[in-house]
Amino acid sequence: MSASSAASRPAAAMLGMSIREVSQALRDGRVSATELCRKCINQIQRTLYLNAFITITEETAMEQAQRTDNRLRTGVLKDNFCTENIETTCASSMLKGYVPPFNATVVQKLLDQGAVLVGKTNLDEFAMGAGSTDGVFGPVRNPWSYTSLYREQSTEDPDSDWAITGGSSGGSAAAVASLSSFLALGSDTGGSTRNPGSLCGVVALKPTYSLLSRHGLIPLVNSMDVPGIMTRSVHDAATVLRILQGRDERDSTTVQAPSTPPSLPEHFDIRDICVGIPKEYHAPGLSKDTLAQWSRVADMFEQAGARVQEVSLPHTQHSIVCYHVLCCCEVASNMACFDGLEYGHCSKVDSSTDAMYATTRHEGFNSVVRRRILSGNYFLLKSNYKRYFVKAQQMRRLIAEDFKNVFRSGIDVLLTPTTLSDAARYSDFIQEDNQTRSAQEDVFTQPVNMAGLPAVTVPTALSHRGLPIGLQLIGQTLQDWKLLTVAQWMEQKVNFPIIHLHGESNERELNRSVRERTHTIGS
Amino acid sequence: MFCKCAARASRALRPAHPRCGVLTLPALSNTVSGSGTFWSRWTCKRESSNSAWNSKVPQAPTWEPIAENQLPPPDLVDKLERLALVDFGSKEGVDCLEKAIRFADQLHVINTDGVEPTDSVLEDRELYLRDDMVTEGECAEELLQLAKHTVEEYFVAPPGNIPLPKREERSAMLKHSEF
Repeated sequence: MSASSAASRPAAAMLGMSIREVSQALRDGRVSATELCRKCINQIQRTLYLNAFITITEETAMEQAQRTDNRLRTGVLKDNFCTENIETTCASSMLKGYVPPFNATVVQKLLDQGAVLVGKTNLDEFAMGAGSTDGVFGPVRNPWSYTSLYREQSTEDPDSDWAITGGSSGGSAAAVASLSSFLALGSDTGGSTRNPGSLCGVVALKPTYSLLSRHGLIPLVNSMDVPGIMTRSVHDAATVLRILQGRDERDSTTVQAPSTPPSLPEHFDIRDICVGIPKEYHAPGLSKDTLAQWSRVADMFEQAGARVQEVSLPHTQHSIVCYHVLCCCEVASNMACFDGLEYGHCSKVDSSTDAMYATTRHEGFNSVVRRRILSGNYFLLKSNYKRYFVKAQQMRRLIAEDFKNVFRSGIDVLLTPTTLSDAARYSDFIQEDNQTRSAQEDVFTQPVNMAGLPAVTVPTALSHRGLPIGLQLIGQTLQDWKLLTVAQWMEQKVNFPIIHLHGESNERELNRSVRERTHTIGS
Repeated sequence: MFCKCAARASRALRPAHPRCGVLTLPALSNTVSGSGTFWSRWTCKRESSNSAWNSKVPQAPTWEPIAENQLPPPDLVDKLERLALVDFGSKEGVDCLEKAIRFADQLHVINTDGVEPTDSVLEDRELYLRDDMVTEGECAEELLQLAKHTVEEYFVAPPGNIPLPKREERSAMLKHSEF
């Protein structure tokens, strides 16, 4: 990055900077930690209509900013990460008012590195969903539906025409996309970080399962959950990954991180890379815009000298069914801990333990959660166990084997769409139920969770509706760094635009910084 | 063993076009269709430009359709509600379960004979087990504070060993509950 061009950037454009750029600005004294924190909080206040936040920790953030040195990064966390003394709700009535007495490991790691937490973000209740529409605090709105570009397309009232963020980490994606935060943590079980990342035009990384600790991340599916990282640049995602990765004594499913250099390589020869295009990822419903981007980027790799090859992951089509069964089963088990006794909501009914449990769970869980629990219990019945749960586990092995075979044949990364299309309008999205939508929206993302592989979505362009389209790169297990290296190359070539929220007073300054930015990246 | 509600619900449950059947719809085409198949709901309606596609990227969907399975209705509504201590809530809830089961039945088209079930993707990894020594704790007070009903160092529960009320009584109980 050229220091001189960064120095000439006006203060108002600070929010659109990457972590690297803003750290430089802090070091150069062009902005102070408290000023920056104030800007972020003001931006959050300006964009409250997005409903991305459940809790805004303004006071503690400003306090932390005052105490911090120049390493400040403001961050937001999906509200299923336990934060000490800060309410953690999972967007559910079950946990409204629940204040954890501890920080999740990844949260503690961020705080130890000088990150300042400005808020807890909105999500689908207990991370179940692909829209961020089914939480108890209401749906999150996609910031890109508030740009002039989108407004020009639409003939309707903006209040009825807005698009969803995707889910379940929609609030986190919206916060990063709307420049309220430099980084956000989400969680990814079947695509919950990559899906909203793609629909909101941000970089969203799902690290290899076992690389990041899940301690303190309220579990959905223990064998698939990972904390996800959302930033506005691949370089920033790598920076955060480096901080968060590593074995945790409190999470026995973590492994030692591979040794990682301080940053991604500046110079990298794409001709060394072989990119696989899995043909099964052209699924029914793939939009023309997304298909065009997939093709465009495949071309890009090929023209730059990388080997690009069609491959097959034969069990792809069935992966979503397998995911559905395993997810419901593990959910049924995990949600059993919510009985009202030790924490969370407790019903007033006290005629018997069972009556209290049943009423508490009826009152605390929305219908999406309840239905998944019931489905899971069905699949786990003794008479069904082998037919569904074990069968799904067998299928899972076949899906993981598909990936192993492809990588063994010399492929370095796979290039696929992340979602079927750009973000749907909320009014369209809610025409089908959560289960249906999840089955549709997670098709490209959940096979990765089944195999435990790392994957990242990189925004590539805007659709004809002015909404972001992202593409997914999938890497080999524990090769997150290599994956991000390729992702950074891709990011530098696609030139995804910066967001201009409608009615921004500093729009002109942001325009200038877009031009500067596109020259400074990669130099 | 049917309970009345399930019987009533299940007789009504045979939609001609299951909504969640991604894989059960007949058409493979990716074009906009008037019949409202969800695939095409948000497909770009503009004419595509004539730019050359990368030849490695398939131009049409590659999935094969799967025939719908017939399935006995769930006769376990009451049993599941007792096991899960969660209620279906409404006929819609039961419908949802049937859809979920029907969706899950697609698993059975794949032959998995001789395939080992996967418990964890970490099965080949040697995971770290810490020493069996207490290194932290002494936080009883903090934890007790999170609960609604406690007495000294105990969590307090209503009397146990009382079976959950019958389904009709349960519905009444839930209706009167706080929310």
